[in-house]
Amino acid sequence: MAALYEGYTLCGLVPSQNLANSGIRGIEEERDSDHVLVTDSGRSVTLHKVSDQRALGSWTVKQGQTLTCPAVYNPQTKEYVAVCDNKVIRIWKEHDVVLDKAFKATVSADVSRVLCVHGAEPVVLFQRGAVRLLDSLLSAPQQPIEEVLHQDEVIRWSISVMAETQQFVMFTTEQKGDHFLYLQRLNPNTLQSYRLEKEEPGLSPLSFSASYRDKHIRLLYLYPNGCVYQSVVSVQGLGADEGAQAVPLPRKLLLTLPVGEGRLETASALLLDEAHVAVVGVPHPSAGAGNDFLCIWNTNFQTLQAGKEMGGKIYGQLWTYSNKLLIPHAKTLSVIPYECPKSSLASALGKLRQIQTEESKPLLMVPSWNNILHGEAQPSKAMETRRTKTSRKTLSTSTLSAEQVLELVKTAPAEEVQTEVEGLLSRLDMQITQPLIAQLASTLVSRSLADAAFYSSSTLAQLVHTQCLCHSVCPDLVLLALERKDYFLCQLCLQFFPDIPEVVTCACLKAFISIPDVDAEKVTLDPDSVVFMETIMSRDSGQGGLQNGFSPTFMEGDHSDTLSGGGAQSREDEKTPTPPAELTCPVGLNKAVLLNEVLKRACNDNFLLPHLKDLSSQHVFLFLQYLHFLYQKYSQEPSRQTHGVKSLNLNQIMDWVCLVLDAHFTVLVMTPKAKSLLHNLYSFVKSQVRLVSELGKIEGSLQQLNKMKSNKDIGQYSIEVIELF
Amino acid sequence: MGEFKVHRVRFFDYMPSAIRTMAFNSRSERLALARADGAVELFNFADNYFQDKVIPGREGRDTEALCWVGRRLFSAGLNGEITEYDLEKLRPRYTVAAFGGAIWTMSSNSQGSLLAVGCEDGTVKIFEVLEETIRHQRNLARQKGRIVSLSWHPSGTLIAAGMMDMIQIFDAETGQATHRLLVEKRLRASKSVEVVVWSVVFLSDHTIVSGDSAGKVQMWDGSTGTLIRTYLVSKWDVLALAVSQDERSLVAGTSEGTVIQFQFLSTVDQQPEEWIRTRTFKNHSHDVRALAHTETAVVSGGMDVQLVVRPLLDKVERNTQEAALRKIAFPHRNLVCCAKKAGLLLFQFPEHLEVWRLGESDGHGRPGDRLPVKRKPEKLIELKRKGEDHICCSALSPCGGWIAYSTVSGVRLYRFQHNNNIRISKVSRLPKVLCSVQQLCFSSDSSKLFASTSHSSLIVVGLNQSECKYLNTLKPKSDSRQPVHLLAASDDGRWLAAANTDCEIHVYNLEKMKIHCSVPIHSSCPTAIAIHPVTSSLVAVHADQQIFEYSLELKEYTEWSRKLQKQGLHSLWLERDTPVTHITFNPRNPAHIVLHDAFMFCIIDQSLPLPEAKAVLYNQMTLRSLPESDRPRHSHAFKICKSFQHLMCVSLLDDHSLVAVERPLQDIMCQLPPPVRQKKFAT
Repeated sequence: MAALYEGYTLCGLVPSQNLANSGIRGIEEERDSDHVLVTDSGRSVTLHKVSDQRALGSWTVKQGQTLTCPAVYNPQTKEYVAVCDNKVIRIWKEHDVVLDKAFKATVSADVSRVLCVHGAEPVVLFQRGAVRLLDSLLSAPQQPIEEVLHQDEVIRWSISVMAETQQFVMFTTEQKGDHFLYLQRLNPNTLQSYRLEKEEPGLSPLSFSASYRDKHIRLLYLYPNGCVYQSVVSVQGLGADEGAQAVPLPRKLLLTLPVGEGRLETASALLLDEAHVAVVGVPHPSAGAGNDFLCIWNTNFQTLQAGKEMGGKIYGQLWTYSNKLLIPHAKTLSVIPYECPKSSLASALGKLRQIQTEESKPLLMVPSWNNILHGEAQPSKAMETRRTKTSRKTLSTSTLSAEQVLELVKTAPAEEVQTEVEGLLSRLDMQITQPLIAQLASTLVSRSLADAAFYSSSTLAQLVHTQCLCHSVCPDLVLLALERKDYFLCQLCLQFFPDIPEVVTCACLKAFISIPDVDAEKVTLDPDSVVFMETIMSRDSGQGGLQNGFSPTFMEGDHSDTLSGGGAQSREDEKTPTPPAELTCPVGLNKAVLLNEVLKRACNDNFLLPHLKDLSSQHVFLFLQYLHFLYQKYSQEPSRQTHGVKSLNLNQIMDWVCLVLDAHFTVLVMTPKAKSLLHNLYSFVKSQVRLVSELGKIEGSLQQLNKMKSNKDIGQYSIEVIELF
Repeated sequence: MGEFKVHRVRFFDYMPSAIRTMAFNSRSERLALARADGAVELFNFADNYFQDKVIPGREGRDTEALCWVGRRLFSAGLNGEITEYDLEKLRPRYTVAAFGGAIWTMSSNSQGSLLAVGCEDGTVKIFEVLEETIRHQRNLARQKGRIVSLSWHPSGTLIAAGMMDMIQIFDAETGQATHRLLVEKRLRASKSVEVVVWSVVFLSDHTIVSGDSAGKVQMWDGSTGTLIRTYLVSKWDVLALAVSQDERSLVAGTSEGTVIQFQFLSTVDQQPEEWIRTRTFKNHSHDVRALAHTETAVVSGGMDVQLVVRPLLDKVERNTQEAALRKIAFPHRNLVCCAKKAGLLLFQFPEHLEVWRLGESDGHGRPGDRLPVKRKPEKLIELKRKGEDHICCSALSPCGGWIAYSTVSGVRLYRFQHNNNIRISKVSRLPKVLCSVQQLCFSSDSSKLFASTSHSSLIVVGLNQSECKYLNTLKPKSDSRQPVHLLAASDDGRWLAAANTDCEIHVYNLEKMKIHCSVPIHSSCPTAIAIHPVTSSLVAVHADQQIFEYSLELKEYTEWSRKLQKQGLHSLWLERDTPVTHITFNPRNPAHIVLHDAFMFCIIDQSLPLPEAKAVLYNQMTLRSLPESDRPRHSHAFKICKSFQHLMCVSLLDDHSLVAVERPLQDIMCQLPPPVRQKKFAT
């Protein structure tokens, strides 16, 4: 689910007298998405650092002059560009204090906007539709500017879009109630115009939003009747028929927003990602009238994902930079962090893997020290660009296409397969290539199954790491890994595959528990989970876990297996399963890590139970001992549970204990050495039952209290009925 | 018994004023208490702490000191004037200016012949108390800085005066200062901050006890001028001191809301007795500004508007009613007047009146339900009083068409239209006799206005559309000079009953316009009276919680009343500590008497047996749990409902719905300024 977080104020506003507009002409991104340039509708431009909520600089033009378009930042020259009084272009740098002394040039026609996207030169869009690159314009400021638009055609909205290496300027115009979209390509210059389909007569779009993805520009526009349309313009076929008539632009109804009575007046819709749209100024469907809501809608499922009431007047303006929405309302400009995780049916149905590590960390409101001290907070973006650059390079040098790699995988030796696949992966965009990766993986698996000599562990691991694979795509992968004793791959599969069937899980469990400890210690495993298990096993980890200064004394005594002695320890355990040894782990470290991986799987006990019965009694006993050990650890130190996302939780342990007991109860009862263990578990259960019953009592009385409280709430006036006897 | 629709009203924003000072007259056992708005209230401690008299305040009268001289009550305030009150007409008798700036304190000598006042300009002025007035006698030697507190030595020869940073002892004869006791500042306090000696007490053994703004209670030897003992009792100010008559117990009130007791004891055998801190009472949330030490109890009051009577358990018998702590937060008179026919409520504030129309609901619900409110209650008018005097009484006619109120300076009558468009018009040319009135009451058909004046006499004024004219004056046969505090007219227009603070109840025949009878005098003051509309018997409830029913036709107590007296009221009924302030009747069932105090309302069903001494008085819960058939066996005449608290008024409208006006104490408390900060454990 997408979520809107608690917002904060970036700056105050000076809205116009009748609150008709917010007083903000525009907000543009500065050097990164944490810096924004706010241009107000009067004379000043302010640079804000969003995460710090503070202004870094402010520039004002002379009294009598007005800024007529939002100032933009040109990252290539580190200069700011703005236009005042329609014709005067001003350029200044951050250290310039007085704007009047900065560079200015007067052009011959009225400018509509200066547009700038990162990685491209600023572009000047004139009010009559002509487009010039800023540099070329400044070289001859008084050059004649042609008129592209008709006499009474007015530009309503404009944006500059970077499509790979090609820069586009898009703008929409209105002429006598008709709306047109112009798409201007720069270098080579081509202009294509489209006619927007007419909505009900008299309705013109309230807001536009555009984004580029997959060689297509998506244009989103909102009508006052609450309809949100999307049109997709391909950037590839452009330029073929230049100068031709405006072609009709096909559109798709994405959403029909609830409007309530009347029409929307000030509202705005903004594309957040391929599936989410942020809408402001539209009533919340379940909150009655009032347009002051900020909502996130999922366009795939047509569902409202998150909503938030914004106090005060809404001006229908909305911007977004790096997971933060900027919205002027009442007299403030607020920043609302949001989050739009990829929506999927799985998440909707609730069977989602536990991994939340990479995908969506809840946004941190507190600026991290790292970011402040060590420069920039945008490693991902930087990496992205670097990657595209490198991929471009590799493209030029080794030009193996995906098909070629697929062919190669079938025959080439393992080393070559590894390098090629690695190269291919670094080149490709993850989302597009999911089928390709699946194909690669299944090819590799089938080849390994057929050819006992061939096995490329690291390649497979790499493929699994892309998180584009799942068990149903290559069903033999896990079993192959088990067969080849590639426990690391097993672990990865268990971590990343959402759909491993219970029978395979059980097979993994069986395999893991029967690994000789000596073998197990040789395996290299995911370091995170190893570290986690180490902290559980080591006694010293109790430092953080000391509760109220309490330290159980007996823990000092049996300080034994930490890193190396795991195997020996477990053998000792099997000899003497005495009560004091309870707190030593019955299995070695790596084995425990692998078992944890199994325990963490979501599984259905109905399907698991029959397979669980296949375990031998010895293994069952060992497994149960291990579960018992974990349980004790967890119940002794409650802080364990908050250890991290990779950790087990107590419920999972308990579920497994129950499962194992269910599956092998008679066997365990008959085994003499399991007696004390069972007894321990029984006493645990008994104490738990007692606790739960106590809690139930408390809950009952608390509920009663709640009921009483609700009765107590009497307003200023009420009419009640009483009865006297 | 039946179901009732109850209008639970909480929009009466009555806010009692903070208590400034008090004086206890141990001879008459009356406590005089002055509030911040200038009102003076008199409590009769001998009669269940009943508040029998209230002298309304006046704008600009900031009473800082009260003083009894015999039966006469004097006040002095920051306006620099000394006022004597007429306790019969409930108004100031005269006012004398002291010409010394604001007066902070006043004290009389034990003989009651002299009054000393401490002024802003540093003078202590001595006034001679004459028969009818007071006269300035002389000034004591003038000091630098204001005189904040004063205390006479019981012999009347010395006066101790608390000032800034010091205490001065004057010789009352010569007027010269004899000793100067310097009071230390708080440790680590800045030099510019003065220590204010808020209170001094001069004991007969020449010990002077002082309480100051540095939080100290200090005992000084007045003959040598030396400090004997210091008790640091508060982080904040010690504001008030009071000593018991026998000078063996002393209490100090602080800004933290605590009252600290000191006792004159010897700790070890044969040791000389000394003042020892013994107990701490915490009954207040805010400043304790006023303290009195009665024979058996500590009486305290302050910013948090409540008067607290805290019995000292070594002085009273345990487990008696006397040993119970009393908190008096609400006045013992009606500030709400309910127009039964029109469904209007009149709220009386010192500064203004408000008339509200009750809401409506057309739903029916089961007991315990809250009905949907179809029409919200609305405030029809807010009537500001004219002049500087506060409103002392007000009345709304049963039809809602007339509003009358009175201040000590005059009466105002308004014609009030509330049906379609709200209009209020003042009735001009009232009869001249209506000038100083203590109680007002309309007849049930709204054709007459009754007003009580001096000497317990009543004025009857006829009202009609165009004019209002004086009809008659009704005088009781007795020569009581006490004011009338309760008036009740019968529904049929034949009878009018008036009760005065001499405990007399007189009944007048309105047809013949003369006195009909006087009810036999009960030792306790009546707190509510009403005349039964059907049987024409007078029901009176007294401060000692006794209930009497007196037949006006037969001029004798009714059978029921005799039975009640013979059997005696239930002990729990007698132990309630707030007086019944209002009585009404159920027009549908003549056997029902509806009455209420601050914490319950009760419907007395005269047809049912009276509760036995051992029976459960508050039996509504048990009755509810019983099946229908068993209820009659267990039910008794007193049907008490405690689901409404802090009641200002309970009345039965003509449509058979009850109105309960609540003023939750919490709402009052949350309007008070924040108390001084105190460290709580583990914060």
